[in-house]
Amino acid sequence: MLAFMARRLAVSIPTLVLISLLVFSLQLLLPGDPALAIAGDERTPEMLAFIREKYHLNDPIVVQYWYWLTGVLSGDMGISIRSQMPVTELILTKLPVTLQLGIMAMIIALAIGIPAGIISAVRKGSAWDVGANVVALSGISIPNFWLGIMLIMLVSVQWGLLPASGYTSPLEDPVRNIQTMIMPAFVLGTGIAAIMMRHTRSSMLSSLQADYVRTARAKGLSERIVVLRHAFRNALIPVVTLGTLQLGELLSGAVLTEQIFTIPGFGKLIVDAVFNRDYAVVQGVVLFTGTAFILMNLLADMLYFLLNPRLRA
Amino acid sequence: MSISNAAATAPAPARTGWSQSRVWRRLRRNPTALAGGVIVLLFIAIAIAAPLLAPYEPNVSSWLTVRKPPTAAHWMGTDDVGRDVMSRLIHGSRASLSAGIISVAIALLIGVPLGVLAGYYGGWLDAVISRVTEAVLACPFLILAIALAAFLGPSLTNAMIAIGISAAPIFVRLARGQVLSVKTEDYVQGARAVGCSDFRIIRRYILPNIFPPLLVQSTLTIATAIIAEASLSFLGLGQQPPDPSWGSMLNTAKNFITQAPWMAIWPGVAIFVVVFGFNILGDGLRDALDPRDSR
Repeated sequence: MLAFMARRLAVSIPTLVLISLLVFSLQLLLPGDPALAIAGDERTPEMLAFIREKYHLNDPIVVQYWYWLTGVLSGDMGISIRSQMPVTELILTKLPVTLQLGIMAMIIALAIGIPAGIISAVRKGSAWDVGANVVALSGISIPNFWLGIMLIMLVSVQWGLLPASGYTSPLEDPVRNIQTMIMPAFVLGTGIAAIMMRHTRSSMLSSLQADYVRTARAKGLSERIVVLRHAFRNALIPVVTLGTLQLGELLSGAVLTEQIFTIPGFGKLIVDAVFNRDYAVVQGVVLFTGTAFILMNLLADMLYFLLNPRLRA
Repeated sequence: MSISNAAATAPAPARTGWSQSRVWRRLRRNPTALAGGVIVLLFIAIAIAAPLLAPYEPNVSSWLTVRKPPTAAHWMGTDDVGRDVMSRLIHGSRASLSAGIISVAIALLIGVPLGVLAGYYGGWLDAVISRVTEAVLACPFLILAIALAAFLGPSLTNAMIAIGISAAPIFVRLARGQVLSVKTEDYVQGARAVGCSDFRIIRRYILPNIFPPLLVQSTLTIATAIIAEASLSFLGLGQQPPDPSWGSMLNTAKNFITQAPWMAIWPGVAIFVVVFGFNILGDGLRDALDPRDSR
């Protein structure tokens, strides 16, 4: 197991270096002098000279990258020009909010997607199957920011059941926190539920045709035990690992969901940074999400290794 | 004709047994895919004929018709500055569909040559291209598109470029995988044996045979790209006012949810229907082009 993980980690290192190169290269896309972009509107020649010196803009690009990379490796992703806070600190402050939203969305996605996928596979070709497939395809096709607006209109404005926006920390008021987060989590979770449903269905269909399921049926086990204990257990392996890889989907969705429901998380941070031309924050967020995705990939591999007895053997 | 010329001019054998007539026959038997095709064609027709179909000028505002609910004069109501929502929706289809199609074209132009090179030549070139692809894929699609759009500057063109670059790795991976499988086929080996150049082998024997999965992926990626463009425009990073796009219409509409809900309903319905259309068409094409299905 350790050797397997060490090998996977070693393979990830070049990818992480390339992500850092990609993120650093983003600033090369800025038209004109980057010092002008960083300085904003209130710039003086002294300020520009200071910025060029501070960010090593007078040095060759490779040297600039080296300074930037060594800073990142020591946890320094620069300073936000808007809040004057270190980018790392800013990301770590916003992260728990998005993490909570992501976990709640994932729970909703699993609670809808997995049972729907099982039913759809077990009753393949039935009205249930067709209905579940249409709903899943709709879930993938609905833009989640629009679904959010529609739910605000219906649940908050028309029925007055839940707050339309805002955020309360769970440490401050747990009930209010759930009230403010449940609707955004549902919006974020529906798209992923649709993906999970399709994965579960396809994985269950191949499991149900496997020899061990045929053997279990031949032994006279009830259909319920055959489906849940034999087919589903095995079908779950790819579903769990693929579910782990939905992080990218979750983070992308969180950007829009947090914007609609005014949740002060990671997604709102990048959007605000874009409009404030806070490029260090934009780079920090992309670098952080890329690294997180690689780590989730590692976790998925580890889970696959742990769940699959043939690999362990 | 020499053996070399015969091999070089003969059509590439169909690796997967797909042919246009067979694909069309299978597609016709799939009503869902046909419905998807009809939806897509309908929206393309609307986008092309937008100036003829729209009852009003999309950018002309009128203070006499601010936030009016749907009436006989304005079937979908009016927006916060009195513009006809239906006319903006019809013209907005141009931005959304062109963004979907152009950004996928950009992704194909970047992704397919890189994937073909990686798969065909292998070795260090494959290693470099594959690692770069992995790195780009590690960054969530929309977050990368937002970052690129932020650095390039907000505009519809830059949004298309950002989406195209973000979507390119999918095509690199797909093209690479397909080339790896096609290049071991007998007809490719034969072409190589008779001295065909690499360029000729790729153009005549590899590209035609990796086309079907690329077509399916392109259809599905157009759906993703339309949502991505709408998302970027919703955030203010795509189509800029006053020009309409479905995403930017929703961006305005979210500020008037209580006063003018109709402003938010129609652009979302339009995005949903066209994306649904591309998705079911893509699924249908995948089934029709699946060589394992012998129907």
